[in-house]
Amino acid sequence: MLIIKDLHARVEGKEILRGINLTINAGEVHAIMGPNGSGKSTLANVLAGNTNFEVTRGEVSFNGKDLLAMTADVRAKEGLFLSFQYPVEIPGVSMINFLKTAVNESRKYHHLKELSAGDFLKVMREKKEMVQIDSQLTNRSVNEGFSGGEKKKNEIFQMAMLEPKLAILDETDSGLDIDALRIVANGVNLLKRAENATIVVTHYQRLLDYIVPDFVHVLYKGQIVKSAGKELVFELEEKGYDWIKKELGE
Amino acid sequence: MAESTTFETAGQRIFSLFQKNSALLNEGAPDFLRNDRELAMSHFQRMGIPDRQVENYKYTDLTRLFAQENFNRSFRPASFDFDMQEVFTCDVPEFDTHLLFHVNGWYFEQNKTDQFPAGTIIKSMKRALKEDTALVEKYYGQIADASMDPMVALNSAFAQDGIFICIPDHAVIDKPIQIINLLHSEEDLYVTQRNMVVVGKNAHVKLMFCDHTLAVHSFIANYLTEVILQEDSIADIYGIQNQHNGTAYLNGLFVRQERNSQLITNTITLHGGITRNHLHVDLHGEHANASLYGLSLTDKDQHSDIFTSVIHAQPSCHSNQIFKNILDDSSTGSFTGRIHVMPGAKKTGAYQRNNSVLMTKAAKMNTKPQLVIDNDDVKCSHGATIGQVNEEALFYLQTRGINENEARLMLMFAFAHEVLTNIRVEQLRHSIDRLVNKRLRGEISRCHDCILECIR
Repeated sequence: MLIIKDLHARVEGKEILRGINLTINAGEVHAIMGPNGSGKSTLANVLAGNTNFEVTRGEVSFNGKDLLAMTADVRAKEGLFLSFQYPVEIPGVSMINFLKTAVNESRKYHHLKELSAGDFLKVMREKKEMVQIDSQLTNRSVNEGFSGGEKKKNEIFQMAMLEPKLAILDETDSGLDIDALRIVANGVNLLKRAENATIVVTHYQRLLDYIVPDFVHVLYKGQIVKSAGKELVFELEEKGYDWIKKELGE
Repeated sequence: MAESTTFETAGQRIFSLFQKNSALLNEGAPDFLRNDRELAMSHFQRMGIPDRQVENYKYTDLTRLFAQENFNRSFRPASFDFDMQEVFTCDVPEFDTHLLFHVNGWYFEQNKTDQFPAGTIIKSMKRALKEDTALVEKYYGQIADASMDPMVALNSAFAQDGIFICIPDHAVIDKPIQIINLLHSEEDLYVTQRNMVVVGKNAHVKLMFCDHTLAVHSFIANYLTEVILQEDSIADIYGIQNQHNGTAYLNGLFVRQERNSQLITNTITLHGGITRNHLHVDLHGEHANASLYGLSLTDKDQHSDIFTSVIHAQPSCHSNQIFKNILDDSSTGSFTGRIHVMPGAKKTGAYQRNNSVLMTKAAKMNTKPQLVIDNDDVKCSHGATIGQVNEEALFYLQTRGINENEARLMLMFAFAHEVLTNIRVEQLRHSIDRLVNKRLRGEISRCHDCILECIR
């Protein structure tokens, strides 16, 4: 589904990603872990199409298409979803209008009929229940005045509405208490399909107790320095990132 | 050797117009008005057409406008025997209002005014000057001081008609009163309109002033409205301007608020050539509350100037101002917000904010808050931002599959929306929402609703 080859990217002249190679197949859950500043969020943002980051080398193919040639909105319509570490507050843009536009833009892209207001509300109700988001939140402006937990739940709710093929969860656990974490993780698990894939970007192992990865990659200084199965999570938890540094001879 | 020339300045030309037409101007007018007019003209002669050296007109150069202008002036009402409903339909669907028209500054005599509570006076200013002289005289020129502002002086010198509204004490007018000002002429026209609104004690009223052009010719519209809010009264005053680019709209709204009265104004500039809105609020009694909002959308070479002046003359009054501008192409805008807390006006709360979005590099915005605080125990704040669209929010929307153009529009609309949420007439709010949306999408390329598909 996603093939990343020798991906290099920089921001403000500073090289952050220095040759990422990664292949993700349908049905898989990949965790990308690593210490602060290792390039985890940059990778998530580059894949989502954030133009603040400049790709200097490498290629990314998404379902056989050149991902890097697409604008952010086209990537989304092609089925890529980024759950933000810091979801943006957008006062004045109502959740309903926002989601309806997003859903229908995607449907138009795939030559499907736009959802009627009634159908849309019905879908929204179902998904709201699924991810256990407070009904009131969808009557407000996008993320405006939401608590940290509500914002993250809202990301998962949007994911449920957009039904992506590949979801990238960027530090979804940061700032979440254990109950919110469970709800968010539960939502992600409910949305899991054999034809979908998930990338969980995280600093801590806690989220991975709930979203169990098939593969774990350690990102360090812009490169994947170690890949293994889920057992790597426990090893990292036990030994810390210093262990990786030592292994690398630092 | 100097050539002899008959060149006359705009000020001289206006003065000679004034002299030549003084008989017409004063036809049927009470004595006080004649005196007021003469005095106003002397003030105007002293001040002249303001250029950029005049601090209050720093951002709107009127000398160029008046130098070019040799427009016709109608010192007598032309007869308008056409059916208003045919000439003009309001874009607000099924909007239930008391509908009143002006054409070229003259009150439309076929206006129906029979549905108001007993004691309500709604009539032409010209008639009110004759029939309700004492009432008009009590306030006329008292709130808008002709000695202080050249455009107020000019209006006072030439004012003949407009609307006079007096809401009796304790009356509640549920339906908004919609005053539609039409400009319609076979040649370039200079229009003066003078309105007065007296809202009695504990009375409630909602007013909408809608400004439109219905002809391709150029217009200068110098309007002035004086409003008196008596104790405990509540007034909403909405101004919606949708005129073509050949229009210079010089509008003044001057309000005096007595004790515990509440005012909301919302000044919405959808389309117009040169626009200047001068809003003046005198908080004249304790616990008076004024909220001033405004939204200005400009493109091409349009210019929109908001000039506010809020005077906290008494203790415990509250004022809040939020003005927003969205500027496209090479349009220009300005906001000057003055708050004056007078000595003794303790426990004042006065807030002000101006946010602007520039959509191009060529668009230009000037913003200038001016706070004069002559007292302690006061809470005041002001803030101004001029920027582009929030790039983070733009990216966020794009990652949800919304293309950049659409995402940008959503953000613009959201930006404007804060001002529009303060419109307390639901149908109007929805309709303005819709108009703003259309305008931002470029679907209103000329002033809206115009039956003439002129290019202005």
